[in-house]
Amino acid sequence: MRSLFSRELRSRLGDSALVISTGAATLLVLIILAIIVGDVVHHGAARFSWEFLSTAPSQGMTAGGVFPAIFGTVALVILMTIAVVPAGVATAIYIHEYADRESSLTRLIRVAINNLAGVPSIVFGLFGLGFFIQFVGVGIDRTLFSGHKVFGQPALIWAALTMAVLTLPVVIVATEEALRAVPRELREASLALGATRFQTVIKVVLPQATAGILTGTILAISRGAGEVAPILFTGAAYYLPQLPWQPQNQFMHLGYHVYVLATQSPDVDAGKPILYATVLVLLMVTFVLNLSAFVVRSRMRHRFAGASS
Amino acid sequence: MTEPVEASRHKLTVRNLSVFYAEKKALGPVTMDIPEKRVTALIGPSGCGKSTFLRSLNRMNELIPACRMEGVVHLDDQPIYGTGIDAVAVRRRIGMVFQRSNPFPKSIFENVAYGLRIGGLNARPELVERVERALQQAALWEEVKDRLNESALGLSGGQQQRLCIARALAVEPEVLLMDEPASALDPIATAHIEELISTLSDRYTVVIVTHNMQQAARVSDYTAFFYMGDLIEVDRTQVLFTKPSQSKTEDYITGRFG
Repeated sequence: MRSLFSRELRSRLGDSALVISTGAATLLVLIILAIIVGDVVHHGAARFSWEFLSTAPSQGMTAGGVFPAIFGTVALVILMTIAVVPAGVATAIYIHEYADRESSLTRLIRVAINNLAGVPSIVFGLFGLGFFIQFVGVGIDRTLFSGHKVFGQPALIWAALTMAVLTLPVVIVATEEALRAVPRELREASLALGATRFQTVIKVVLPQATAGILTGTILAISRGAGEVAPILFTGAAYYLPQLPWQPQNQFMHLGYHVYVLATQSPDVDAGKPILYATVLVLLMVTFVLNLSAFVVRSRMRHRFAGASS
Repeated sequence: MTEPVEASRHKLTVRNLSVFYAEKKALGPVTMDIPEKRVTALIGPSGCGKSTFLRSLNRMNELIPACRMEGVVHLDDQPIYGTGIDAVAVRRRIGMVFQRSNPFPKSIFENVAYGLRIGGLNARPELVERVERALQQAALWEEVKDRLNESALGLSGGQQQRLCIARALAVEPEVLLMDEPASALDPIATAHIEELISTLSDRYTVVIVTHNMQQAARVSDYTAFFYMGDLIEVDRTQVLFTKPSQSKTEDYITGRFG
């Protein structure tokens, strides 16, 4: 009787210990997040204004705003998305719908994708420099611009493509997951009606997988909006008097701007409020990009969830 | 074993058909004729190969990577597994209804129009007409005519299955294969489907797999009994259920196993 009681007590104690420890861990995460956001808002709010958002830096980065960096960041993310989504979705469709799942080629592709996801982002930066700029860009210059430097130097387009390579595994994996979730019955129904594989993919599988694909896109955007390493050598600039209206222009970037303000500023103390405000803007831009992708996704989900299509 | 079937001509002729999954034989060899504009039921215990047989009649088996087959199947005079014969073309002529109703998450109209659209028909008036005709043939028109643009997923289970039948009929196949089409439905919905199957044989050659012997007896003109991957016996339904020539058939229909 006694031993039974103590066993029960022990298990109850174990239960409470688990609740307390997991709860504490969760609380810790929340506290860290609150400290980061709180600190940034606290120090950044003073400098934060419409003017800060809409003007360019001036007086050696100790005055003015960050508009060119916002513009550059958004442009980078948009171009990256345009590049990564079709490529990633197409790859996932190939692996999941067409390739023989057991073949060694498919396995090799899978391993390659997983490894791609594990490569440090600075390596992508070097890859972008070596491949996109010095190989593709210089190649374009040689053939189209008779050797004049147009594309053979750091540029928005190359930074966006480098970032697209970095986020490619995210889109591929999410899309494949989404394709896997489409019931076999729906594919069979389509095929049994005399649809080709291609028609089945376009008309049945992809609409069903749209929400999942957009989730992958959101993840890619989240990652891309915050990364700095891949664009260090491929297109980000310290300061530019003009906005990057052409793909071969360099651009300013919020993340890189934060790095510049923190380490290269001529007057660190004068720059500090600006630095904080810039971080605040970076957080907000990332948030807005995520949010808009999220809104698009829920719209799409409604559209495909049934009703009139 | 296979009695020559009188009256109707043969729509499908199957000769020495064997199906393997990886190296394991799942069916056959089966030799059998399927008469035109009649209902042929395939019965037998689970795992007897009847569904495998059904799915080899419209080349759905080849979607399974490890599946391999031998033998020939002719639709009229054409070998459906012949070189240069496209599976897509075969499936347009031989439609299929599955065990679990599988409407697309689209509107009722678009579900039925799907096969027509992928076949290249996009003219609205003709689509509307063919969709209505298919829904009428599937005895669903009266129930859904005012809600064609609503999601097909809002229909009841029985309605969804009739929608799937309408969807298969819309492309006007010559043969309709049904894989236990009523096994997931309640008795009333089942009765609806059975009634429907009987009327379909005026226009279509129907092959139906069923677990339910009473159902086979009610809806079919001919019945084939499969056991352990072999076709044991095929005959007119009335004969097979009253005077089976094989003792295994008799054991099965009298409920001694299965």
